[in-house]
Amino acid sequence: MTHPADITHPAAVTLAAAQHGFLSPTGVEIAFLLVGLATFGAALVTVTTRQLVHAALWLVVALGGLAVEYLLLTAEFIAWVQVLIYVGSVVVLLLFGLMLTRAPIGRSPDADSGNRWAALTVAVAAAAALVWVVVDAFRTTWVDLDGPAAGSTAVTGASLFQNWVLPFEALSVLLLAALVGAIVLSRKAKAESSLPPVNSRAATGGSPSVPDSRNHPIGGTARSHAAKPVAGTHPADQEGAR
Amino acid sequence: MTDVVDVALRLLIVFVVFLTFPLIVGQTEHKVMAHMQGRLGPMYAGGFHGWAQLVADGVKFAQKEDVVPAGADRRIFQLAPAVALLPYLLVLVAIPIGPDEGAVGQVLDAGIFFVLAVMGVGVLGSLMAGWASANKFSLLGGLRTAAQLLAYELPMLLTAASVAMAAGTVSLPGILDAFQWWWLPWQIVGAVVFFVAGLAELQRPPFDMPVADSEIIFGAYTEYTGLRFALFLLAEYAGIIVLCGLTTVLFLGGWHGPWGADGLGWVWTLLKTAVLAFLVIWLRVTYPRLREDQLQKLSWTLLVPLSLAQIALTGIVKVVIQ
Repeated sequence: MTHPADITHPAAVTLAAAQHGFLSPTGVEIAFLLVGLATFGAALVTVTTRQLVHAALWLVVALGGLAVEYLLLTAEFIAWVQVLIYVGSVVVLLLFGLMLTRAPIGRSPDADSGNRWAALTVAVAAAAALVWVVVDAFRTTWVDLDGPAAGSTAVTGASLFQNWVLPFEALSVLLLAALVGAIVLSRKAKAESSLPPVNSRAATGGSPSVPDSRNHPIGGTARSHAAKPVAGTHPADQEGAR
Repeated sequence: MTDVVDVALRLLIVFVVFLTFPLIVGQTEHKVMAHMQGRLGPMYAGGFHGWAQLVADGVKFAQKEDVVPAGADRRIFQLAPAVALLPYLLVLVAIPIGPDEGAVGQVLDAGIFFVLAVMGVGVLGSLMAGWASANKFSLLGGLRTAAQLLAYELPMLLTAASVAMAAGTVSLPGILDAFQWWWLPWQIVGAVVFFVAGLAELQRPPFDMPVADSEIIFGAYTEYTGLRFALFLLAEYAGIIVLCGLTTVLFLGGWHGPWGADGLGWVWTLLKTAVLAFLVIWLRVTYPRLREDQLQKLSWTLLVPLSLAQIALTGIVKVVIQ
């Protein structure tokens, strides 16, 4: 990217729309566009494919493409965090959930939603709103790719903990609340299943941690314990799965 | 022009390391295991103490037919070994072995995040293999792999964050530049947690529940034969190199050593890595496999609290010494 007037400008992010030629793209810009197209394509396949696990794997491609876009914008830290959190954890969790419940090889005929048009409308509206807001907010801002990296770890950390510390703290409180909520929910389920009389369990010889009497709301505890007396899944398993 | 040659040379060296070091570890494992179990191990291939055993194994794997099960998802089944193997190659690029500029494949600003992120991607290969094989043992192996990754990624990240806090940087060469000898006792809990969690992420014994051969044959790799199977094995041994190298760089001071600082730093790195690799083999021979619930329990009730305690300790000491 060439900034004839801004070479000496100290700030990494400069206002240089006037000097910037839209019709003379640099290599980085072309790469950015191509990766963007690939990411978009992967995202489209993710939501349209009939094969559940393929959708999850195409999601990996889409999220990885986003990470490459961050890299091209010199935001190295964000790019690796993107890979670490989304590709390394979220998708693995997704695949874990799929494999645990249903992950048939081949097409799932019921993988199509009847809300196709509503979903499309919402998606297009959300995309339009986001593009409009971002374009309007950063209309004349260009990332100076030649200068010092605008998204290095030091710069990101400084701006996060100096300019954006309040949203950061609010987010961490939100996450903490979600964490506490998850723990409360899982503990409550366990407490319910351990409420029924201890005697019946001792009689059937079941494990003290027989899970989920919630699945048998009508049959009552006696039936549920008789139905699966040796469902001895250790609680640690379930916690790990979550 | 010299830049291009320089980059090409670095990549070539990393690639050669990637191809040879896992073989060395594998051969060492053959011999060390054998001697710990009172036998000799491979003695014939190559003549001298069976040094060429793994080369012969490789030739054997290359000759085998590459079978894809009829019910499998062909493309993903075939892609999985590459997804499992390539991340370790990428990670090797970022590990510095000496103090100089030239002793690391590529200096990365956020090196710790890069290596941990990319290592996590490697597990996707096992998941893909487990699912695409259309085999219930493979699927079980894939499930266990995923559960194990989810459990052990957290303590690994937390302990790495502790080192980053101590050094004040997330770049691997930067951490080594800041290293002092007293970090060793300071970060020792983190080091143990990191190493154990890394072993679990590699699915090495005693954390090899996902490939437990007495229960689910060979987990996600059950249906693989020939070269693709060999690639999975190579990924495991490359993973050992990467884990030991990372533990060395993050916790053991990398190229720092009591003497020989000038020019011999890389020897220290290799030496520490080799000792850790020996430890990995030793653990395999020594400990029985952990049960799945014990695995999860170890991570969530022991390693995570320990790593949080390590972070607290790091923070306190950091504030005090400033």
